[in-house]
Amino acid sequence: MSTPATPIWEVFIRSRSGLAHRHVGSVHAADATLALQAARDVYTRRGEGLSIWVVPSNAIIASDPADKEMMFEPTASKIYRHPTFYDIPDDVGHM
Amino acid sequence: MYSQGLNQAETDDTADATRAARFQARIDAEDKIEPNDWMPEAYRRTLIRQISQHAHSEIVGMLPEGNWITRAPSLRRKAALLAKVQDEGGHGLYLYAAAETLGATREELVDQLLAGRAKYSSIFNYPTLTWADIGAIGWLVDGAAIMNQIPLCRCSFGPYARAMIRVCKEESFHQRQGYEIMLTLCRGTPEQKAMAQDALDRWWWPCLMMFGPPDTESQHSDTSMKWKIKRFTNDGLRQKFIDATVPQGHFLGLTFPDPELRRDEATGHWSHGPIDWEEFKRVVAGGGFCAADRLAARRKAHEEGEWVREAAAAHAAKRAAKLAASKEAA
Ligand SMILES: [Fe+2]
Ligand SMILES: [Fe+2]
Repeated sequence: MSTPATPIWEVFIRSRSGLAHRHVGSVHAADATLALQAARDVYTRRGEGLSIWVVPSNAIIASDPADKEMMFEPTASKIYRHPTFYDIPDDVGHM
Repeated sequence: MYSQGLNQAETDDTADATRAARFQARIDAEDKIEPNDWMPEAYRRTLIRQISQHAHSEIVGMLPEGNWITRAPSLRRKAALLAKVQDEGGHGLYLYAAAETLGATREELVDQLLAGRAKYSSIFNYPTLTWADIGAIGWLVDGAAIMNQIPLCRCSFGPYARAMIRVCKEESFHQRQGYEIMLTLCRGTPEQKAMAQDALDRWWWPCLMMFGPPDTESQHSDTSMKWKIKRFTNDGLRQKFIDATVPQGHFLGLTFPDPELRRDEATGHWSHGPIDWEEFKRVVAGGGFCAADRLAARRKAHEEGEWVREAAAAHAAKRAAKLAASKEAA
């Protein structure tokens, strides 16, 4: 290869004022400025967003899907974290 | 003090007036302000103060209820209380993070609390004397917090508004578990019902004070309304809370400790007797029954956590050195 590998970037878009940025996909680009332009071209051709974030993909630290049970299973049994676990008579109204 | 905020402070005075006008126009148009956007310094300072006070309240608020975790009357109640107190810790963390997007650091905010320079909600300076207080707190204190927090979901500062949406989703269980405790006590023995009544007697007035001083005396209200940090006045929210809560108390068969409480047939609102604002001022100024205890508990927790912070930093440095060495070898 004559050129160094082009880094990959993760793209996040805020679709409406007040909403959080959401992950939409990735782009290849030589640097941050080009990544932002590429993300604009690739992901916002139909007015999908108000603001874009690009983050180097290798800066994302992800949990291992193989650890899913260890990470998330313990919450399944904790039904008392949900409002419906508690008995409130209908007469009391919304709470 | 270094800053981790996304913004760089700008100091171009001539451009500021134009920017301020554009800023206010965005707020008037219900646009959200995000950390990277230009904002007046006073807006930034107001938000850092309000969000960090809110965060401190969540964290200090874990103490009065934490007091009863080991003495909860059943495993069901214990699991619920533990989950609730854990949620409050989480609320504190969402909020500190929102304040940090404005350029404040976690360290300086925590230092302000520990040094006694920051305020937190006066309600947490009252003691939890009996198990019924845990019911009263869930029902009334969380109920009042919900009234305050629902309009904050539409606050003009994006990260604060989004944190509030998460918090409000979680609060519903807090209030319901509290009301369920009250209902169980009120349907129990005469002694249990008397315990519930005693808790309501002690918590009612302090809960009404949670909404802050009356509108005639509130110092930050006007600008906060203009900036849409606040949507309702203190008295307006207090009235909403009273109207929602009084029928719930009557359903329990309890009496409110206010002989002047009565429903205005014309408006449908409940009118109430005078609030003792001298007591409020005393408690906010640190004169509450438990104020010294609360700060001492936070300081102790902070000091006892010192070795954990040190160990984490040492571990991270070691891991970084290892990674660097392996990269060099490759
Ligand atoms: Fe909370
Ligand atoms: Fe809560």
